[in-house]
Amino acid sequence: MHSNTQETRDGLIEQVRQRFAEQILALQETCDGIPTIWVDRAHAKTLLRYLHEETSPLFEMLFDITAIDERLRVNREGQPDSEFTVVYHLMSFTGNCDVRVKVPLFDADLHLPTVIEIWPNANWYERETWDMFGIRFEGHPNLYRLVLPPTWKGHALRKEHPARATEMEPFTLDDDQEAFEQEALLFKPEEWGMQRKSENSEFMFLNLGPNHPSVHGAFRIALQLDGEILVDAVPDIGYHHRGAEKMGERQSWHTYIPYTDRIDYLGGVMNNLPYVMAVEKMAGIQVPARAQTIRVMLAEMFRICSHLLFYGTFAQDVGQLSPIFYMFVERERIFNIIESICGARMHPGWFRIGGVAQDLPQGWETRVKELLEFMPPRLAEYDSMVMNNGIVKRRTQGVGVYNTEEALDWGVTGAGLRATGLEWDFRKQRPYSGYENFEFDVPYAVNGDCYDRCAVRVEEMRQSLRIIKQCLENMPAGDYKADHPLTTPPRRKEALHDIETLINHFLSVSWGPVIPPDEVTVAIEATKGINSYYLVSDGSTTSYRTRIRTPSFAHLQMIPEISRGFMVPDLIAIIASIDFVMADVDR
Amino acid sequence: MEIGSGLTIGLILGTVIGVAAMLIWVERRLLGLWQERLGPNRVGPLGLFQVVADMIKIFTKEDWTPPFADKFSFVLAPAIIMTVVLLSFAVIPFAPNIGIVDSNIGILFVLAMASIGAYSVMLGGLSSDNKYALLGSLRAAAQMVSYEVFMGISLLGVVALSGSFDLREIVHAQEDMWFVVPQFIGFVIFLIAGVAESHRLPFDIPEAEQEICAGYHTEYSGMKFGMFFVGEYLGLVLVSSLITVLFFGGWMGPAFLPPVVWFALKSGVFICFFILLRAAIPRPRYDQLMSYGWLFLLPLSLLNLLVTGALILMN
Repeated sequence: MHSNTQETRDGLIEQVRQRFAEQILALQETCDGIPTIWVDRAHAKTLLRYLHEETSPLFEMLFDITAIDERLRVNREGQPDSEFTVVYHLMSFTGNCDVRVKVPLFDADLHLPTVIEIWPNANWYERETWDMFGIRFEGHPNLYRLVLPPTWKGHALRKEHPARATEMEPFTLDDDQEAFEQEALLFKPEEWGMQRKSENSEFMFLNLGPNHPSVHGAFRIALQLDGEILVDAVPDIGYHHRGAEKMGERQSWHTYIPYTDRIDYLGGVMNNLPYVMAVEKMAGIQVPARAQTIRVMLAEMFRICSHLLFYGTFAQDVGQLSPIFYMFVERERIFNIIESICGARMHPGWFRIGGVAQDLPQGWETRVKELLEFMPPRLAEYDSMVMNNGIVKRRTQGVGVYNTEEALDWGVTGAGLRATGLEWDFRKQRPYSGYENFEFDVPYAVNGDCYDRCAVRVEEMRQSLRIIKQCLENMPAGDYKADHPLTTPPRRKEALHDIETLINHFLSVSWGPVIPPDEVTVAIEATKGINSYYLVSDGSTTSYRTRIRTPSFAHLQMIPEISRGFMVPDLIAIIASIDFVMADVDR
Repeated sequence: MEIGSGLTIGLILGTVIGVAAMLIWVERRLLGLWQERLGPNRVGPLGLFQVVADMIKIFTKEDWTPPFADKFSFVLAPAIIMTVVLLSFAVIPFAPNIGIVDSNIGILFVLAMASIGAYSVMLGGLSSDNKYALLGSLRAAAQMVSYEVFMGISLLGVVALSGSFDLREIVHAQEDMWFVVPQFIGFVIFLIAGVAESHRLPFDIPEAEQEICAGYHTEYSGMKFGMFFVGEYLGLVLVSSLITVLFFGGWMGPAFLPPVVWFALKSGVFICFFILLRAAIPRPRYDQLMSYGWLFLLPLSLLNLLVTGALILMN
């Protein structure tokens, strides 16, 4: 499934060995086959720079930075001593492979150098890691809290931090405290890296959000304006943070599935996919072909739903009021089909460890056929309504442009990357869940502007319809769930016949499955870009660490870069073209 | 009925305001129809009482003036828009015997009122002491002042053909042929400038919701907001009536319907057209709208005037 083949891995490790023979602390084996190199703090940055600039293949993208609080972890065979491990996940697009670099740290001395000079998108990832674990990144220009409020005490993803409000003192806010919080909210341009005036003029600071009609959720951008021209635009996130990663450490492997639905809340079951695939990989479950195809079909339906909503709001944000209403009609019809299959609409939580919750209902073919019939003419109509509209073109072409190199620097994936001319789709490059069996094209565009990002998504809807058509025509017979003891909820067929399976069944239902100790990253081409789950199992009924790498988080960080010098209405077009949801950013 | 009698004035005032209020319902129903949804259909037959419900709501809402606003101009701004638009109706000839005053400077009066109307939007935004409102009123100032120019020039062709500024005279001058035929370019420019003047979508740049919340009336609530709201619909009715009078022969039509009905029908078509525009067209960027006006509409309207003048001289 992964393209991190033995060959590329060995080749890479050999190169790293030759250069850093003494400095490598350990090489860790994980079941996803991603080479994991442990290196000490002093050499981490050199190694990362080496991977970025000299190895073959080069690792162009910093995919993720996160940390693991290792203090309570029991199963750590073959790993160096560490209390807090910082994990860098790098991705190579030329070599189509990944590498993980881990740096052990101790609580008394939690710091390491920043890597912003190598990858500019390290900025937010390092801030988040500081925010959640209290690990300092030396040389970071603004190591403030990113997700939690500035007055928050403690670091939420450390194991000693309570996970529930009931574990904390009841919350009170007296006058002093209120004044203190108010003071902390006061906008000081200097803290955001903004000048109050230039030689010629005094700037206006405009607070766009957290409640604003076009920021698509609770999202704030502090604007520095010269007239209506953007001098700077600094995003402020965290208003939608729900502690999804922390919840992963509390919920059982099975009961966490519905939480994943709410990460990219427009993606529905698409969110379940990387999570259940990650758990299945650790458990060693082979998912039957029918279950895989059902998963693909539903995921593609949700891709269409999500893109439709994007398309409509994109048009609305450039001032076209009607398309969103038409698209809601389609979306509703697709939701009706999804509902008849899953029993729920936006958040079905329908995938299970080892398969899906139920087999397809009788007559599902008729409804899916309807979808394939009504969508294409409507999409053609939208082309003439939105994509071919002269004003839409003038508003979005040449606005918010970036090229492939910048996209990789900032961790941009999905349609935003493909709009720059790089034909890179996870479903093609590293097929999962049986995507290798489908015929579809990867749409791409070349200008990397707002219009192209939209055009790519429009074409993706047509490709999704092609995939759904193939699912309909070639739905394999067989089981909708794997026959494996860790499948959840477990199969009951044999349970009443022999005591061994009965015990297994009882434990799996009452505690939930116990997943063997391992680490795994599984990424998919989600609606908005690459979404991945990095799970650490300590051989228990819950995950030891759940890291969710979402595409929207990376994309928002790029806003200042691509909007400087444009006008306020252009910023709205840029925001619309990024296609993010705040739940996906803040988690 | 007699032109300028107290009864006529009362009836016209009542009708115009009534129509503007009904437009709230008409617009929402029409948009619903065109956008594959229902629109307000719960209150009363066909949702007609929605207007009443809206009025009750808007009259009883807290009429709040922000403490940081400049009180005098904050209150003045919405009053200006209502006043100037209603005053403009004074010179509109609705039918041979219906109208308030026949002024020989009718067109100039309407243009003057439109100019004063721009102050309403500018003052409303500036006095709010709100950054979104400030951006809105800056945009409004640029947009409305610019488009007044093209609006005025586009009308000069009609004035030249009819030889009068009096709107009633202009209607009479169209007995043989509606001015939309010889003055088609003037009509198109007036139509575009009319939308820009009444700042409705696609030219609702001073209040572009997706960009600057509600623009110049961000801080307004209650009846003061209601006056901006109804003022916008009144403007819509006014622009539609003007198009009817200037380009489509006013009240004239086959005799099986009374003249005033013809007038209402023609204006109604344009009102619906403006609502359809709102449903169909995206919003250009503010600088695009400006350059479109100055670089395209201005030369075109001047050319139109020159050609019209030349043709008149040749005849």
